[in-house]
Amino acid sequence: MDYHKLRFIKDRLMQSLVYLSLILAFIPLFSIIYEVFVRGVSAINVDFFIKPTPTVGEVGGGVANAIQGTLITIGLASLIGVPVGLMSGIFLSEYSESRLSMIIRFLHDVLGGVPSIVIGVFAYALITRSIGFSVTAAAFALAVIMIPIVTRTTEEALKLVPMSIREAAIALGIPRWKVTITIALSSARKAIITGILLSIARIAGESAPILVSMGFWRWWFAGLNRPVANLALNIFIFAMSPFKNWVTLAWGSALILIIMVLIISVLARITLTRG
Amino acid sequence: MKMPRKMPLFFNSLNLKFSSQFKNHLKGDNLFKLVSALFASSIFLLLGLMIYTLIEGSWLSIQTFGLNFIVGTTWDPAISKVFGALPLILGTLVTSAIALLIGVPISLGIGLALSEYLPRRFGFAISFLVELLAAVPSVVYGLWGMFVLIPFLREHVYPYLQTALGFIPLFSGPIYGGGVLTGGIVLAIMIIPTVSAVMRDLFSAVPNSQREAIIALGATKWETTKIVVSYARSGVIGAAILGLGRAVGETMAITMVIGNKFQVWPSSLFDAWYTMAAIIANELLEATYDLYVSALINVGLILLIITLLINVLARLIVWRAMRLTRGIVRE
Amino acid sequence: MVKFDIQNLNAWFGSKHVLKNINMKIEENTVTAIIGPSGCGKTTLLRCLNRMHELIPGARVSGKVIFNGVNIYDNSVDPVMVRRKIGMVFQKPNPFPMMSIYDNVAVGLKLNGIRDKRVLDAAVKRSLELANLWDEVKDELNKSGASLSGGQQQRLCIARALAVEPEVLLMDEPCSALDPISTAKIEELIRKLAKDYTIIIVTHNVQQAARVSDFTAFLYLGELIEYGPTRQIFENPQNELTERYLTGKFG
Repeated sequence: MDYHKLRFIKDRLMQSLVYLSLILAFIPLFSIIYEVFVRGVSAINVDFFIKPTPTVGEVGGGVANAIQGTLITIGLASLIGVPVGLMSGIFLSEYSESRLSMIIRFLHDVLGGVPSIVIGVFAYALITRSIGFSVTAAAFALAVIMIPIVTRTTEEALKLVPMSIREAAIALGIPRWKVTITIALSSARKAIITGILLSIARIAGESAPILVSMGFWRWWFAGLNRPVANLALNIFIFAMSPFKNWVTLAWGSALILIIMVLIISVLARITLTRG
Repeated sequence: MKMPRKMPLFFNSLNLKFSSQFKNHLKGDNLFKLVSALFASSIFLLLGLMIYTLIEGSWLSIQTFGLNFIVGTTWDPAISKVFGALPLILGTLVTSAIALLIGVPISLGIGLALSEYLPRRFGFAISFLVELLAAVPSVVYGLWGMFVLIPFLREHVYPYLQTALGFIPLFSGPIYGGGVLTGGIVLAIMIIPTVSAVMRDLFSAVPNSQREAIIALGATKWETTKIVVSYARSGVIGAAILGLGRAVGETMAITMVIGNKFQVWPSSLFDAWYTMAAIIANELLEATYDLYVSALINVGLILLIITLLINVLARLIVWRAMRLTRGIVRE
Repeated sequence: MVKFDIQNLNAWFGSKHVLKNINMKIEENTVTAIIGPSGCGKTTLLRCLNRMHELIPGARVSGKVIFNGVNIYDNSVDPVMVRRKIGMVFQKPNPFPMMSIYDNVAVGLKLNGIRDKRVLDAAVKRSLELANLWDEVKDELNKSGASLSGGQQQRLCIARALAVEPEVLLMDEPCSALDPISTAKIEELIRKLAKDYTIIIVTHNVQQAARVSDFTAFLYLGELIEYGPTRQIFENPQNELTERYLTGKFG
């Protein structure tokens, strides 16, 4: 066969393969979104939002307690995760060249790569063994997951503040630290908040660390040294159970999580490209 | 018209001698540096504490089994109370390898599509969709895997696979839908966002002069692409290793589809198996005595070490590859 | 009265010697233009006067700059305080985009602890009036600082600098990013402000220097070649280099 024709065919073939890989990647994505919506919608009714986990054998039920529990856990985790991440990000961006910063940045990357189950075991070993399966242990695990994310996004957001803005503030006779806290921070606030939202979306979906540090809980909030119900973990427990209504609740919970994740991702994209 | 020049009140009455507030400003700067450094240094405490508590928690198991834990193949919490992690390590590595075999080529394709083939406008939309894949929680992947993927594979894919390749032991044996291959497929889907994003960045960083050089010689699009990939090849390997790091640590998705069966080696790709992450998730709550708990924490420690090694290796390779690609380092 | 007494001022970027033994005295309430070809050190000289040059990594300064009887480079002097007394306006207008016009002008005062709304309102009005911007923005003080045209943004930056009541205003090619009409407005503003402030302006436009300044300093390759009343420099330059630059033979 004519060599040129061969090259041409090969070129077209490879191009098709490249586009095929795109399709292959998106089939699961669309399937997941589709299935979660279709199967999850059938679980959504008023009860879904106001009733707690049904007992074995009980018909219907809801995830109200799981929503409460998840919000509490995320809230507690953010109490530690956000301030630490913010200050770390500020430090890394303001004193970016120092030896200490390089090491800290590297270590944050390392922590970010640790599997969440291992962080769950860490929380188990550190907290659960002392005070028992509790929302405190779970919140700790989630905070540890949050910190590298918030640190990195804060640092990047601050680095994007143009030098001219900082110069203008310095020329007004404002001390360095005030320039950072007031001018630089407010200039970067959109990106920083987006980073925090993304980290919250991430920890809202975590279930492995929750499972081993807190465990499953069927009731409402009962104290900081007790577990709480968790939306993501419930999906796991309900899915593996033999009860039809529990499985339905699993899909409903998955729907809520996906919607929340979708909203935050879209918001983040818009903020970061427009801002 | 004469404008009043001086503010009649506060500002000029402030003592604005040059040195009066100097100490305060210096103090402010130094205090700020100190406080933020303290917060940032909490990472030392966190990582140190993590390594310490994991070792301390594993200590009983380490004392009892020593290095035999890594090569031991028995996991008997009920009767003999002997624990060994080799099948778990194998299970983790094999499923991750399958994930790489499937996921890396697809990620390569996506990375190339985004940097070489697709026009800019599509690039943003596609990148966004890929990010969406990354944002889906692991447990939702597991749910979908259990109720959608497994029945699909069981009815429409595996039987044909077995018909075609059943003479190889890997593809023989009973099909129930989940198992090693299914686990690998789910993991592949989960690593695609990370790996393809790194690849796209790598390929975009290849200087245009390289492409222009080969095009000027009359190359087709594919031939040009080959040059780009070969220029960035060490980075491609690094990206794959990064994906490996993620696959190894996956817990919920894999435990919901792999079958959770402790055995040294599966009878086929359709057989159930177990991974390090999955056994911790499934059994830590059931562990009723100290040695059992310690053995599971020990598994967690091994998982941590493997992940750290993989991630550090991957980052070193990718970092070095980016520098080479940008022409900063001449080799 | 002498506002600045610059003695043996030298400046470096790393090992590059960009200002060589500058000696000059600048009078109070005058407009002094610094001119010279690209790279001659004019911006560096300006930035040495409010201690902003040293913020660049690798930058170094030696010599004295005596302002109000105090050497601003003395070890006991706080650079932050120096910058409050000696304000600066930059080449490219840089209002804070995330703040309103009002907040832009008020920010310097707020950060110095002034919270009283009446005082801030009065200060903002006065600063915008001084900058010839008040009439144009008085009904839109809440709009973003970045929503103004280029010339208005630059006047906003001037207002912002004036709000903290400096004694000196340093201007680094303030009109180079602006159209001719905005330029004319700013030059008019400079003449008006000169009655109460000492202004030092760097410009690459010699016609502007002739229009706007009382004194002119000509820098070449980091050295002060000639310095004197503007009229004299333009009509009767003492140095051959000065004459060649002014007549456009180079630069």
